[in-house]
Amino acid sequence: MIRPNEDPLKHPISDHHHGHDFGERLVLHRHSIVHHLEPQVKILAMFLFIIVCVATPIHFWQAFVVYGLLVLGTILIAQLPLNVVARRSLIELPFVFFAIMMPIFGSGERVEVLGVSLSRLGIESGASILVKGTFGVLCAVCLSATTPAREILRGLERLRLPNLLVQIVSFMIRYVNVVSDEMVRMKIARLSRGFEAQGVRSWRFLANVAGALFIRSYERGERVYLAMLSRGYSGKLPDTGHGSAGIRQWAQGLLLPVLALLVLAMTNIWMSR
Amino acid sequence: MSEAALLVESLAYEYPDGNLALHDVSLRIERGERVALLGPNGSGKTTLVKHLNGILAGNSGSVSVDGVRVDLQNKDSLRRIRSSVGVVFQDPDDQLFMPTVREDVAFGPFNMGARGEELDLVVKDALERVGMWELRDRPPHHLSFGQRRRVAVATVLSMSPKILVLDEPSSNLDPASRRELADILRGLDITLLMVTHDLPYALELCERSLVLAGGHVVADSRTREILRDTDLLSRHRLELPLGFRVD
Repeated sequence: MIRPNEDPLKHPISDHHHGHDFGERLVLHRHSIVHHLEPQVKILAMFLFIIVCVATPIHFWQAFVVYGLLVLGTILIAQLPLNVVARRSLIELPFVFFAIMMPIFGSGERVEVLGVSLSRLGIESGASILVKGTFGVLCAVCLSATTPAREILRGLERLRLPNLLVQIVSFMIRYVNVVSDEMVRMKIARLSRGFEAQGVRSWRFLANVAGALFIRSYERGERVYLAMLSRGYSGKLPDTGHGSAGIRQWAQGLLLPVLALLVLAMTNIWMSR
Repeated sequence: MSEAALLVESLAYEYPDGNLALHDVSLRIERGERVALLGPNGSGKTTLVKHLNGILAGNSGSVSVDGVRVDLQNKDSLRRIRSSVGVVFQDPDDQLFMPTVREDVAFGPFNMGARGEELDLVVKDALERVGMWELRDRPPHHLSFGQRRRVAVATVLSMSPKILVLDEPSSNLDPASRRELADILRGLDITLLMVTHDLPYALELCERSLVLAGGHVVADSRTREILRDTDLLSRHRLELPLGFRVD
C-alpha cells in the first residue's frame, strides 16, 4: 500500500468547499439519541407525528400545548440551540402571511376583535394553518439539523421510495456543489472583465450565462452517464449502507408520534365528556 | 503468439457531424506493458479511449481486449469488456457520482455482481492500493483534486480490469499529487495505457509510446527515442517543457 506523505485526515476539506456544502450545511453535529437514530426511523416518526398533528381539531388547544412540549423535548434532547431552530423556522413566514389574511377576508359569521370585524371561520382555519404549519416546520428543522441530506435519502430508500427517485435526488445532492462552484467561477470571470448586473439591459448577458451553465451541466450529465456505463451501470445503484434500525431504535424514534397519538385520544375523550 | 492485452486494427471513426476523428488506427499492447499514447489536443485521443470499452463503435475496423472483440450489439461481451477495460476519465467529478468514496468504489463491482463481504473486501483492497482507505466515508467533493483522481483510479481498480486506461492522468495536479499518482501507477501490476500530452510524465512511467496525430498512429517506439526526435514532436504539436532534456 502506498501512503501519501501528507496525512489526508489532517486537511480533509479543501478550503474552497468549506462551509457551503449543500448536503451538510444544515447539520449541527452533536452526539444525541436523535442524531444516532437511523434516518428511516426519524423520517417515519416525523411523518406520523405530523399526521397526528394535522388530524387534531384546532379547538383541542390543550393537545397542541402538549405537542409543543413534545417537540421542545425533542429539540432539547437533540441539543439543538433554540435560537437556531427559531431562526430556521422563519422559512414559514410567507405562510403566516396567508394565515393572517384569512380572518380578514374569510366569509361567514363575523366577530368583533378589538374593534375589527373578523370572520370566525377565518380565525379558526388561519389558526389551524399557523399552528399545524409551525409543527411541520419545527419537525423538518429538527430532521435536517440532525441528519445529513444523503442520510435522509438513504432513509427514504429503506422506506421503499422508488429507486429512480432516490437516484435522481442523490445525483442532485452530489452535483449541486459542482454546478454551484461552476456558477461562482463564471461569476468571478464576469466580474473580472468589468461586468456589473445593472437593470434590464444586463438580463441579456445573464440569460447567456444561464444558457452556458445549462449546456455545461447537460454535457457533464452525459459524461457522468458514460462513466457509469463504463463501470457496468444497468439501472440500479448499489445500497452499501449497513445500518438497519433495531427494535430499540424504532421504540425510541416512534415514542414521539405514539405519545402524540395518546394525547390526541385523551383530549378527545376529555372534550366529549 | 499469445493474445494481446489490447489490439486495435484499422479503426476509423467519423462523428455524426462529419468530423473524421480516427482514420485507420492500429496498435497492439502486450500484457503487463505500460504504454503512453501521445498526441496534441484534438488528435482523437479521447475518441480512441471511448472505443476501447465500447462507448463508441468504429465505422470500420475492430478493437479486441484480451482476445475478446468489442461488439456493441452483444450485451454480454460488452459487460465483460467494460469490466476488463478500466477507464479513468479526465475529470474526476464526472467519475465520482456516489455520495461517499466507499460507495463509489463499490459501484463497479456491484454491477458485476459482487455483494456483501466480497464487495467490502474488493473495495478495501482498491482503496488501499491508492492510499485512500482512511477517507472512505467522505463525500467526493470534500476531497482535494489529487485525492479525487486517486479515488477515480480506485473505482476502476475495484473491477480488477485487465487493462487500465487513463485519460490525461496528470492534468490539473500539483507536483506532489502528480508524483504520488506516478508512485501508485508504477506500483500496480497491470497493463496500462496512458493518454496524455504530458511528455515528461510519459517518460517517467512508460517504456513505450505511441504518437497519435490526425487520426493516425504516426510513431510507435521507445518513449526516450520519441522524445529525442524533436522533428517528430514539433511536426505534431508536441513539446517538452522548457529546459527539459532527454539524454
